[in-house]
Amino acid sequence: MSATASAETVDLVAASVRELNQRLHDAASGGPTGWRVSNPNGAHALAAGLDAEMDVEIDGHTGYYCAGMNKLATVRVRGNVGVGVAENMMSGTVIVDGDASQSAGATGRGGLLVIKGSASARCGISMKGIDIVVHGNIGHAGAFLAQKGNLVVCGDAGPGLGDSIYEARLYVRGSAAELGADCIEKEMRDEHVTDLRALLERAESDADPSDFRRYGSARQLYTFDVDNAGSY
Amino acid sequence: MTEFDVASKGEGFGTEATGRWRPGLRESALFDRNTIHEIHRMAREGIYDIRGFGAKRRVPHFDDLLFLGASVSRYPLEGYREKCATDVTLGTRFAKEPIHLDIPITIAGMSFGALSAPAKEALGRGASAMGTSTTTGDGGMLPEERDHSDKLVYQILPSRYGMNPDDLRRADAIEVVVGQGAKPGGGGMLLGQKISDRVAEMRDLPKGVDQRSACRHPDWTGPDDLEIKIGELREITDWRKPIYVKVGATRTYFDVALAVKAGADVIVLDGMEGGTAASQDVFIEHVGIPILAAIPEAVRSLQELGMHRQVQLIVSGGIRSGADAAKALALGADAVSIGVAAVIALGDNSHHFEDEYEEIGTSAGYYDDWHEGRDPVGISTQDEALASRFDAELGGRRLANYLRAMVLEAQTLARACGKSHLHNLEPEDLVALTFEAAAMAKVPVAGTSWIPGQNAR
Ligand SMILES: Cc1cc2nc3c(=O)[nH]c(=O)nc-3n(C[C@H](O)[C@H](O)[C@H](O)COP(=O)(O)O)c2cc1C
Repeated sequence: MSATASAETVDLVAASVRELNQRLHDAASGGPTGWRVSNPNGAHALAAGLDAEMDVEIDGHTGYYCAGMNKLATVRVRGNVGVGVAENMMSGTVIVDGDASQSAGATGRGGLLVIKGSASARCGISMKGIDIVVHGNIGHAGAFLAQKGNLVVCGDAGPGLGDSIYEARLYVRGSAAELGADCIEKEMRDEHVTDLRALLERAESDADPSDFRRYGSARQLYTFDVDNAGSY
Repeated sequence: MTEFDVASKGEGFGTEATGRWRPGLRESALFDRNTIHEIHRMAREGIYDIRGFGAKRRVPHFDDLLFLGASVSRYPLEGYREKCATDVTLGTRFAKEPIHLDIPITIAGMSFGALSAPAKEALGRGASAMGTSTTTGDGGMLPEERDHSDKLVYQILPSRYGMNPDDLRRADAIEVVVGQGAKPGGGGMLLGQKISDRVAEMRDLPKGVDQRSACRHPDWTGPDDLEIKIGELREITDWRKPIYVKVGATRTYFDVALAVKAGADVIVLDGMEGGTAASQDVFIEHVGIPILAAIPEAVRSLQELGMHRQVQLIVSGGIRSGADAAKALALGADAVSIGVAAVIALGDNSHHFEDEYEEIGTSAGYYDDWHEGRDPVGISTQDEALASRFDAELGGRRLANYLRAMVLEAQTLARACGKSHLHNLEPEDLVALTFEAAAMAKVPVAGTSWIPGQNAR
């Protein structure tokens, strides 16, 4: 879904990030629902703190925390994003056409984050219910301390995947060579294939769910045990 | 089981070494009975000790300072007639809506999870009655807490449990927690027995598992990132809320400068004696510096940047009385914050519960196993039966009384020094009783003009 032709355009050569975000926040109580942001030039906190159903399309690369703590809105970035895209997202959809830097979707509690390219380290760190679909690869320490939600990686996952993971579900199509502490491969049952198919569809991916493997918590670190002291 | 058994998992307490002194038996200063007991415990269990409370060792503290009071060269204020104001405004640097407190004593961040819901409610009631703020903690914002706190500071911690933009917008201020005095560089800890259904749901965790929360923030590291993070929080809240940065006292001079550079409105500085709900004893006792040493470092840093009083400084760590608070303010803090003292004011460690403390192997005045969730007073527990013993309304009144008494004490001292506002207290009003305190607080040893370390580089 992209912003329509009638979208309200904000050019960040002329307007400040503060002006942009204030207009987007004000629009929650009645205002345009289609927005286009031009010349983002790597600015931070673009479209952060949205709290209404609206479509925001950003034409270019963004800095840190693009669409941070998003609620309800759909934000599409026609470029790459910096650290912490959609951090602590609650709901809505964030789609990145390019690559994402570290901590994409960190601590997210709901909604869908789609990265069409690859994501760097700590993708989905401490995720708490968000769904993240990465079309490419992810770097090291993906889903570190992941609590809830789904992380789907259509490419390869770097070392330390799912370290100290709780109940989040991880699906990887390529290799996941070095799993983190307490993360293990798990059986891919029908319900998982069904869930994954739906997620891939929503994420505009035509990957075949049956090509994926599932990883999750061995639940060995859930209560402290002296014999596991080395793993903490 | 004897002292010499090795515990199979989960067992391992209840073997008290109770030597009895007779003439000729000489206890070692290094290997005293507590040390011997702890070595035996370590040998049995193979793990560090976890506990609540703050440092138990003696460190140079406010008790080592005295006020000079007025005399011939300056006159005091009349106790009942002349005003000694106590209010403070926090967040005047960037926030559109700074918060104004009637008293310069706030309630520190203590999590729902560590504390029961009625205990959190009581903190809100007591603080509100006195026109001051309370603070959330590692576990999100409890509705009871929001409802009963006129001014509520919302912490953003590495774990981000329950973090929610609605709560951010509902808060009166935001506190980015980098560290805490009891464990600078350490993460959170909440053991499985305290993860009830409600705590689990607020934290998005399965019930009953040990929580190992991170010590670093998931989406930023270092001062440059922090500046960007603060910028994001300001954007999300439309620059309305004051943003605090909380640090444990370690390299205070630099931490304060970096936090100011990163855009903080308020610095919260917590000394090594500061309380915790659950940390390793080794962390509580061995990491960080006393608040007495940290305040002058923070003030020096702020002054050099021309930011003293522009960026407000809240300090904590072992503050128990109006005297402690007044001395902290005299050293240059804008406000103080209390954790353990507030919990005690609610009734923790009261001898009224002695029988029940004994049942769980402790005694009033010593109870520090707050992480176990068996608190007979109903404060540091998630057990509904225990928590329901605690009366939030009464607790709130007790806390308000305690705060009122502290403020009266502080005003008494300030008037004696001739000050019409607590903020007019200054280092010049203080002397030290020990060399250590003099060197740390940078005030002279009583009866001398000597400040160890000064003019001696
Ligand atoms: C029961 C308890 C729980 C605490 N929980 C938190 C917390 O969640 N986040 C935090 O930053 N500090 C926490 N602290 C530390 C306090 O915010 C504060 O820094 C400390 O208690 C101040 O020292 P004092 O206890 O000597 O007054 C906690 C302290 C206690 C006693």
